[in-house]
Amino acid sequence: MSAEAIVEARGVGKSYDGGVEALKDVSLALPRGKLSTLLGPSGCGKTTLLKIIAGLIPPSRGEVWVKGMKVEGPGPERAFVFQDFALLPWANVLRNVAFGLELRGTPKEQRDEIARRQIAEVGLSSFESSYPHQLSGGMRQRVGLARALAVDADIILMDEPFSSVDEQTRRKFQEELLDLLRHKEKTVIFVTHSIEEAAYLSDQIVLLSPRPGAVSRIIHPNIERSGRNPDEIRRDKNYLDAVDEIWQILKQYVA
Amino acid sequence: MILFGKRVPILFSLVIWFVVWELIGQANLSILIPPFSRVVAAGITILPTEKFSAAVSISLRSFAIGMAFALVIGIPTGVLMARVENLGKILGMWVNIFVSAPISALVPILMAVIGIGETTVVFTVFLFAVFVIILDTQVGIKQADRSLVEMARSFGAQRHQIYTKVLLLSALPEILAGLRLGAIRGVKGVVIGQLLIAIIGVGELFELYSRNFLMEEFWALVIVVFIFAFAVSEAIAFLERRVEYYASAR
Repeated sequence: MSAEAIVEARGVGKSYDGGVEALKDVSLALPRGKLSTLLGPSGCGKTTLLKIIAGLIPPSRGEVWVKGMKVEGPGPERAFVFQDFALLPWANVLRNVAFGLELRGTPKEQRDEIARRQIAEVGLSSFESSYPHQLSGGMRQRVGLARALAVDADIILMDEPFSSVDEQTRRKFQEELLDLLRHKEKTVIFVTHSIEEAAYLSDQIVLLSPRPGAVSRIIHPNIERSGRNPDEIRRDKNYLDAVDEIWQILKQYVA
Repeated sequence: MILFGKRVPILFSLVIWFVVWELIGQANLSILIPPFSRVVAAGITILPTEKFSAAVSISLRSFAIGMAFALVIGIPTGVLMARVENLGKILGMWVNIFVSAPISALVPILMAVIGIGETTVVFTVFLFAVFVIILDTQVGIKQADRSLVEMARSFGAQRHQIYTKVLLLSALPEILAGLRLGAIRGVKGVVIGQLLIAIIGVGELFELYSRNFLMEEFWALVIVVFIFAFAVSEAIAFLERRVEYYASAR
């Protein structure tokens, strides 16, 4: 691997009360500035692994290192985008996007200015004073993404962010995400159960096997994305090979 | 309300009742039921009297102090019971017993312990109101979206920020519902407390009027108390509706 690892998992395991083993001996290195996907069937512990990296769940065994520091809890260098959006229903878009900064005690004027800029980046400028329930699923997730971008973390952790939106929105969102990240020095760790989504977005795909979750294979799709439109990428030989390779592995797990 | 194909204000049903009341009163069926018009007239005469305003102000004071204690103690207790599992288990049964128990039965004991005075009335209001506030707060905090708490943690929220910026706001609709039910019970608490003690406030007036068969004044006072309870409940319901606006999306 050429790029330096920004996140490292060393022998991470997680067991829940009652003896259910969700993760077993997961060791990983996720490169700086790249988009890595954790992919696997439901029950493979991919969300658990992401939350352990986020510091939201403590691992039962092993440890996670982020930027050379052992993870003991959430930290400002990591921001999370939630599957169910997790927007405050009583706060408008502006306040939701600024919420991470509000928790850090950033003065209101300053955090609103940063939030406005991020809202514009995700294309929601005219919705600053709307409330979450007035927005579509896709728009809500843009708010979730803008909130993660607003705290200016190096690492963005995304937990199946597009699973609750329809297919058109999902594709459009994927393209925009790539576009947005191309200009930023962000490391993205992305959880999904969609093979196409993983192959389309990722520089590196970590395939997890189910029950208990363990690293099954690591794939580098190596797709040339710059200057090409989405349809070209989806016809790229490397893209199609990656999709096929993933499917060959995953289908053993389908009962 | 729709009547004979026409929209009529909801107050119209009250008007019907008042007419029926007036007719029964005019028919002179019972000394206990004077005509509604004479009740209103009696009300107009007693409202400006000093005795009445003194009774109202002492009752309002007992109500306000009792409710304030119920809030200040009830909301934190409910929050703690929702967040500390063992505390919820230990106190839960007692709260559930007291929320359904006839608290009025305890007032004579309170009188014996605390004495015959305003403090007993305040304490009665408190006991009437506090348990439903605890219970609703607990439910509200328990039902608060776990993922909002997780979200706040992921953005580095301190413990107190999770309470002030997520949990309490999230539970606000339930807390307000508890407050409304508590306030309605609190009004009962004032009246029952004062009636049993019988020497202060509105209770003293009730006692005075009924003992002397001043039924017009008695009914006028009943209506005033009803209007007060209704107004308190509606005022909180108004707040609830404003909160519902965002809570509907939860």
